[in-house]
Amino acid sequence: MNMATNGKLKIAMYWAASCGGCDISLLEIGPRLLELIQIADVAFWPCAADFKYTDVLGYPDEALDICFFNGGIRNSEQEEVARLLRRKSRTLIAYGACAGGGGIPALANLTTPRQICDAVYHTNPSIDNPQGVEPEPLYPSPLGELEIPELYPAVLRLADLVPVDYELPGCPPQADRVWEAIQTVAGGAVPPRNRAVKVGCTDKTVCDECPREKKQVKIREFRRHHQMRPEPGWCLLEQGLVCIGPATRGGCGALCLKADMPCEGCYGPPADADDQAASMIGAVGALVEAGTEERAAALVAGIPDPVGSFSRFSLASGLLKVAK
Amino acid sequence: MEDATAVHVPAPPVTGWEPRLVGFLCYWCSYTGADSAGTARIKYPPNLDIVKVMCSGRIDPELVATAFAHGADGVLVLGCHIGDCHYISGNHKTMVRMPLLRRLLGDLGIEPGRFRHEWVSAAEGEKFAKLVTEMTEHVRALGPLRWPALLWARGVGHGADLRPWGE
Repeated sequence: MNMATNGKLKIAMYWAASCGGCDISLLEIGPRLLELIQIADVAFWPCAADFKYTDVLGYPDEALDICFFNGGIRNSEQEEVARLLRRKSRTLIAYGACAGGGGIPALANLTTPRQICDAVYHTNPSIDNPQGVEPEPLYPSPLGELEIPELYPAVLRLADLVPVDYELPGCPPQADRVWEAIQTVAGGAVPPRNRAVKVGCTDKTVCDECPREKKQVKIREFRRHHQMRPEPGWCLLEQGLVCIGPATRGGCGALCLKADMPCEGCYGPPADADDQAASMIGAVGALVEAGTEERAAALVAGIPDPVGSFSRFSLASGLLKVAK
Repeated sequence: MEDATAVHVPAPPVTGWEPRLVGFLCYWCSYTGADSAGTARIKYPPNLDIVKVMCSGRIDPELVATAFAHGADGVLVLGCHIGDCHYISGNHKTMVRMPLLRRLLGDLGIEPGRFRHEWVSAAEGEKFAKLVTEMTEHVRALGPLRWPALLWARGVGHGADLRPWGE
């Protein structure tokens, strides 16, 4: 492809181990897309238009001004493209929770690739696979050898493999924050290269943006959403719903909370925390009134699945990252 | 990265391996309790590296996770008995956090014996020595944890192509 010299920015978007919601969220900026297209040409966006890896291989190094990379690194293809796009991009942005912290796919780090293959190809009740077929990295077909990417033993963040200039958290990042980040980076308000600095978010927690009232009462019991009807306007955590807001970076505008749903933590750990789950446990300790040790143990036993609830979007960026 | 599973951090030989435990002890009761074990010449294994903190309520679960992530084989958290907190309610927070942290660590495959949380008063030097002895032997039986090597084996930290630009 001929790199046009029309003075426009060249932007790229790539989709690795993620659901595709990030690609959609870039479209969510709506009419502002027209403004974006006035300042930028799309040079690579496989989800939206027919681009091939060979197109990118043909670009000179650093030909892409901004590359939005969404998704974690789960297999060898994704690593290859991550390294390729790093080489071809002036500014590489880890876009969304998966690229930044592993996201939902990183919950697979609680199991091994072996266990995953067993479940998917053998043991799940709906599997019909009498010959026990599993995908092989190399398959000698009559027309030549076919190769599929190798599954890695863990889901990695983009920053585990290549230097990342900016991170735009969220699952998916909110449209207004995306637009702000594009303006910040494309407008030259920040240097093209940085060290995984967070953009499109605040340094405070979701609680800071949450409109619900904190009555400063202690939690006496944890309950799940189907067991109660939350009182409108009152802090959900104080009502006993597991809300990860106090251990989550702000920026989303507390959208879930405004819809009576607890925060699930998709913007990752707040600025001063390395591990979202540990941070949330710290917060729970300060908010619960137990009185006795037995009561404390019984109370926290009411929280289902601590690792899945507290590091749902950030296991790969946490301190322990995998299960033994 | 192609050979992620084939690369190994050279494992230290298991012979001669000694459990490495990290202890977070509150200043007012438990650290003084550990001190009294020493003053009373009570023998206990030298496997515990003690970090003195002002209150067990100050022990951020991140500190425990960091210790494991950096290669500790076990972590011991000690604070004042409930009702004895110098700051009145610091250990009430510990009392809630630690059982939850234990569940989180369990979800990640860390055996329950590698993480203990107990109350030790300034006068309980003997209890402290007994705890350290028990825990050292328990962890010795469990063997090394070696979280950094586990991460390496799962492919974390290899790429780490994090050299600054221009190098």
